[in-house]
Amino acid sequence: MLNSLIDIMQASCYIKNTVAAPEGEQLQKYERYGRSFMQKRVFQLLVDNTSGVLSRISGLFSRRGYNIESITAGVTADPRFTRITIVTSGDDDILEQIEKQVGKLVDVRDIKELDPEDSVYRELVLVKVKVDPEKRLEIRQGVEFLANNFRAKIIDVGAENLIVEFTGNHSKVNALIQRFNEEYEVLELARTGITGLGRGIENVTYIED
Amino acid sequence: MIGADAIIKCLEAEGVSTVFGYPGVAICPFFNSILDSEIQTVLIRTEQNAAHAASGVARMTGRPGVCAVTSGPGATNVITGIATAFADSIPLICITGQVNSELLGSDVFQEADITGTVESFVKYSYLVKNVNDIPRVFKEAFYIANTGRKGPVLIDIPIDIQNAVIKNFHYPEEVNLRTYKPTVKGHAVQIKKVIKELERAKRPIICAGGGVLLSEAEEELRGFAEEHGIPVVSTMMGIGVMPTEHPLYYGMVGNNGKAYANRAMNESDLLIMVGARVADRAVSQPDLITRNKILVHIDVDPAEIGKNAGPSIPLVGDAKHIFQDFQKEEFSCDYEEWIATLNEYRSTMEKKRTPNPNYVDPAAFITRLSEKMQEDGVYVADVGQNQIWSCGYHIVKKGKFLTSGGMGTMGYSIPAAMGAKTAAMDKQVIAVCGDGSFQMSMMELATIRQHNIPVKIIVLKNNYLGMVREYQHYTYKDHYSVVDLSGSPDLEKLSAAYDIPYLRLNNMEHVDEVLDAFLAEDNTMLLECMIDPMDLVK
Repeated sequence: MLNSLIDIMQASCYIKNTVAAPEGEQLQKYERYGRSFMQKRVFQLLVDNTSGVLSRISGLFSRRGYNIESITAGVTADPRFTRITIVTSGDDDILEQIEKQVGKLVDVRDIKELDPEDSVYRELVLVKVKVDPEKRLEIRQGVEFLANNFRAKIIDVGAENLIVEFTGNHSKVNALIQRFNEEYEVLELARTGITGLGRGIENVTYIED
Repeated sequence: MIGADAIIKCLEAEGVSTVFGYPGVAICPFFNSILDSEIQTVLIRTEQNAAHAASGVARMTGRPGVCAVTSGPGATNVITGIATAFADSIPLICITGQVNSELLGSDVFQEADITGTVESFVKYSYLVKNVNDIPRVFKEAFYIANTGRKGPVLIDIPIDIQNAVIKNFHYPEEVNLRTYKPTVKGHAVQIKKVIKELERAKRPIICAGGGVLLSEAEEELRGFAEEHGIPVVSTMMGIGVMPTEHPLYYGMVGNNGKAYANRAMNESDLLIMVGARVADRAVSQPDLITRNKILVHIDVDPAEIGKNAGPSIPLVGDAKHIFQDFQKEEFSCDYEEWIATLNEYRSTMEKKRTPNPNYVDPAAFITRLSEKMQEDGVYVADVGQNQIWSCGYHIVKKGKFLTSGGMGTMGYSIPAAMGAKTAAMDKQVIAVCGDGSFQMSMMELATIRQHNIPVKIIVLKNNYLGMVREYQHYTYKDHYSVVDLSGSPDLEKLSAAYDIPYLRLNNMEHVDEVLDAFLAEDNTMLLECMIDPMDLVK
């Protein structure tokens, strides 16, 4: 996964002439990548809830050298199906291949891009903050203030820690984590990766039997 | 009725006549039940060859070949055969026994997570955990294996599921796969676009891949090419789409193909790639087939289109349907000048060989062999120098040419020939291998003897792993490493040990007599040809 990413990043260096480009066959490969720049994309999959389906999909990504930035999966209202949201990156050619190769898997009912202009993305994060018993009140008030500003919530209070829950888009989650890291001692952190839905009713995939 | 009986009923319903396999405890219920059926069993001598033999069946019949092996090492041994079939999109049903389902995951004797292990080489796989699923799973498996882009499907069945009682066996008439619906018909707009380009083109060419054979579209493609006078080249897997001596056929492309075929493809202004992957051996420089020309890429698998070369006109669908649609279109064209150019290339660019008279010249020998073979005979080439000579000098008339193209699996020819012969007993089937590839499958001589499968075997013996030696000759300046095959058995004695008639050809002097004797009867025979160890394909 990482290798192809590095290849692509290097390719853009060659195009910008910041690094000496390799010759011959190698160069062609980079020229191919060079046709377009790397971009992030969110794919939404609807898959048959068969055993091993997640490993079939993640295996395809690692086998073909595609990058996964995050992957989330959960059963839908119809228990026969699972919805999977994958954040991936690559140039146009790679992203097209990802869509085709994933779409080809027997268990995959549907794959579509969640266009950022026309979708909502959400990510959940839980942050466990250390609370020094001597400065308990001060820290608690500070965390509450910060949480309120982000519209996050304190969902658990321990003798020496607090757990804050926050749901938002990817960059806001990053911002919140950064603030907490700067101002408090973060003991543990868990984030889910992006899940999302397209807006409106035009792009809903209906399941026919 | 138990699960194992149900499996046999499923195979019978699918018209399976032969199962190649190797037993072990975990698949014993299956091999017990198969005794009550008309289905013939062939005891292969190593599991990899069970898949190759099933591949031979599939390529002769157009229906999935079936192999059945036991759990653990049986299942892992079959993987190379499955991967070979996957690379060439050959439909297989591979049944593996598995340990008791309650013990799965506890590392018991001969347990292997085969569905997980084989994931990257199968079109789909099943682990059956409920005996009542067997009919549905088999119906789906045969459907998935043999539709869309064909490929192997593995069904892993724990021994307790094979032994469990199944109530109300009913083999479904139809499959209900919500998530799998391959596109068969080509898009009408795209078809019109191709016809329009053909009308405009001065130098069109069709490059046929193995997909044409898999969709059984040879006649449609040939008919279309003949009607409009369009030249055709092929990939290695596409050999046999056109008879070799057809005036419109210009040979195999690729770095081991004919120079005039590559030149024809590169100089065309309209290239119609059909059922070909544009993989590195056929097209080493994908930019050459898109530069200054319109590239039409026809494939049943949309993921192949644009993977290695960006086409001007993508066309997803089954080759047979698409060429039927092409044939319905009327258009005017005149490619006479282009054909004349190509004919000149063909007559002037054929490489001259300088054979050593002390040995058999593989090129001349293979051509002589194909002249003497039955018209519809099946030629199974192995992998190595012998494969390249076979591709270059075998003349296909009405028969088939089988080889392992995508994976390049040595040892493919003998088991695949066995499979092909069991599927078409009336046809002459000849396996042509080198002394390296022969030794990878020579244990199957016993299978041939045991089951009386009259395949003919030719060993082109040069005492080297020739293809690698040739590579070392060019790349490492004759610094040969691990390619000397000294210690190989005396094939005359080996044949005698298996009670198989043996012939030897030392040079080209007696080639006609020896070949006549070799081909006289429909029996198993082994012909050893002594090749100059230093001979090169390039």
